[in-house]
Amino acid sequence: MPLHTEPRLADPDGFYAALMEAHRGLDSEASRRLDARLVILLANHIGDAETLREAIALAREGLAPERPAADTGDRP
Amino acid sequence: MPGTYANPRYPFRRPAALDHGRVEEAGVAVVGAGVVGLTVALDLARRGLRVVLLDEDDTVSFGSRAICWAKRTLEIYGRLGLGARLLEKGVTWNTGRVFFRDREAYSFNLLPEEGHEYPAFVNLQQYYVEEWLVDACEATGLVDLRWKSRVAAVEPRADGALLGVETPEGGYRLHAAWLLACDGARSLVRESLGLPFLGQVFRDRFLIADVVMRAAFPAERRFWFDPPFHPGQSVLLHRQPDDLWRIDFQLGWDADPEEEKRPERVRARVAAMLGPDIPFDLEWVSVYTFRCRRIGRFRHGRVLFLGDAAHQVSPFGARGGNGGVQDADNLGWKLAAVLRGEAPEALLDSYDAERVPAADENILNSARSTDFITPKNEAARAYRDAVLELAGRHALARPLVNSGRLSRPAVLAASPLSTPDAVPWGEGLPLGASAPDAPVQRDGEPDWLLRHIGADGGFTLLCFGQGSEAPPGIARLVVSAVPAPGALWDHSGLAARRFGAGPGDCLLLRPDQHLAARFRGGATAEAVRAARDRALAIPNRRGAA
Ligand SMILES: Cc1cc2nc3c(=O)[nH]c(=O)nc-3n(C[C@H](O)[C@H](O)[C@H](O)COP(=O)(O)OP(=O)(O)OC[C@H]3O[C@@H](n4cnc5c(N)ncnc54)[C@H](O)[C@@H]3O)c2cc1C
Repeated sequence: MPLHTEPRLADPDGFYAALMEAHRGLDSEASRRLDARLVILLANHIGDAETLREAIALAREGLAPERPAADTGDRP
Repeated sequence: MPGTYANPRYPFRRPAALDHGRVEEAGVAVVGAGVVGLTVALDLARRGLRVVLLDEDDTVSFGSRAICWAKRTLEIYGRLGLGARLLEKGVTWNTGRVFFRDREAYSFNLLPEEGHEYPAFVNLQQYYVEEWLVDACEATGLVDLRWKSRVAAVEPRADGALLGVETPEGGYRLHAAWLLACDGARSLVRESLGLPFLGQVFRDRFLIADVVMRAAFPAERRFWFDPPFHPGQSVLLHRQPDDLWRIDFQLGWDADPEEEKRPERVRARVAAMLGPDIPFDLEWVSVYTFRCRRIGRFRHGRVLFLGDAAHQVSPFGARGGNGGVQDADNLGWKLAAVLRGEAPEALLDSYDAERVPAADENILNSARSTDFITPKNEAARAYRDAVLELAGRHALARPLVNSGRLSRPAVLAASPLSTPDAVPWGEGLPLGASAPDAPVQRDGEPDWLLRHIGADGGFTLLCFGQGSEAPPGIARLVVSAVPAPGALWDHSGLAARRFGAGPGDCLLLRPDQHLAARFRGGATAEAVRAARDRALAIPNRRGAA
């Protein structure tokens, strides 16, 4: 299933406010935890691997630099 | 330090080559009598081949390393005559339980379905397995076990390899037509051939403590993330026989290994975990780091690499030893077929084609587990903790919890030895998978299906009901839905279901019990022979490519 990129939220301001409200009063570590939980819950809801891959790629756009290559070679 | 086990010391036997001074000739030489070298030597000997097995030491594994032996390994040792012994002495477990901080996050059953001779896992110290393998090798009369024999030089040749062997009584040279390198992670054979390891090193350290205690923990795998008694790190607990328990403490990269091995320090860690009321003795302590890596190819002409000499993984998932035993299982029958002139040498290329992807699967799984257990950055830790928190309350997060994806038999999915299905098969065992077990009855006696597959060392045509004939040289095994003389009665229907087979179907299984071909509604002897030839890498008789 391709990722929807056209607007779909009936009440965008309401959604945004709810998201901000959820983060209110949290320090940055707790906020990060909240976001992580949300991503996991929503990813499971979407379920489709291809859609998730597309979403990850889209979210990663413009966030250079690229990850360094994996550690390789015969090192201790 | 070990108190529950005394390492046997095997005698050095002076080889004739030390006296006559000529180059000794051997058909097959195995370097390294670790668990993998012993397994492949035993497999070859049971196929009637003579093997020279060289080890620099004079005993089995000192201190415990591997403890978890997977169902497939037990099945392989069943075929080699040691399965019952492992099952009897080992601690059987099927359940894994994961804790986060002070509460249980989730548990899993690795063998949710009845009807297998062997459990998902038994825990047993590596030295027992090796000791029994040594005894079994000796009993064949075909394994020339040479202790205190260090291979110090290896020269690969078109017709085998020339070894320089050093012993307490001097050195000699041995030419082996085939050389199996089972000399572990620091393989000298690998170095001599200039083969680099490719892969990943993990920046973490782990403390292994084997403790003797009488404790009431059940026989299951317990894994803690960030527990109160070892904050910020993980801990793994396994039960072994002899009231021995394996505790694995994650230490982090900055830990000082020497300091961490000090008995007082280890005792304090263990006491924090067990509480003040459980007395224990420390039996073994070590600190290790690990890597996930392999060499590029496992076959180099007449030299073949198995076990840790070919690939290494992190211990989470118990894929090291279990993977190596599958290497031995894969190579044994192939090398025997080549040496008996039944198959071309090209068959050995399939060892590479089948076991390299299997090693990659083990590396991938154990690397992913390690990434979960040792988060590399803040984001990774936030996601890891989020998964663990959610898992306690919501089933959806449980599949994401990764405390080790435990060893499974490799499905040789892209094997060149498999014959593609003529018609789509649908449900059931995929091609290249190892045969599932099932309870059966033979002449009114309870029995197990796997005991009869590859029992004579060769290929098996598994026939559901009468019908197909096996060509000469292939054992025919009939599984019947009703009691019938000479057939295995599939009284529970599990055999048919697990293979996805119905009346009249037949399947061709390799000597290592992996599925090579299957025929809906049966097959002619000619079709079965063609599939067998393909599984032996014999070029098509009709000359087609
Ligand atoms: C802490 C820990 C826990 C583990 N837990 C598990 C587990 O639960 N399950 C699992 O499946 N795996 C586990 N493993 C991995 C497992 O122990 C290894 O994968 C396994 O031992 C590999 O067997 P091997 O025969 O390839 O190599 P080794 O066991 O290393 O044997 C190599 C042999 O070669 C000999 N040798 C080396 N060089 C020479 C030479 N030049 N000449 C002659 N002889 C030589 C050595 O003496 C040795 O006997 C664990 C490992 C560790 C460290």
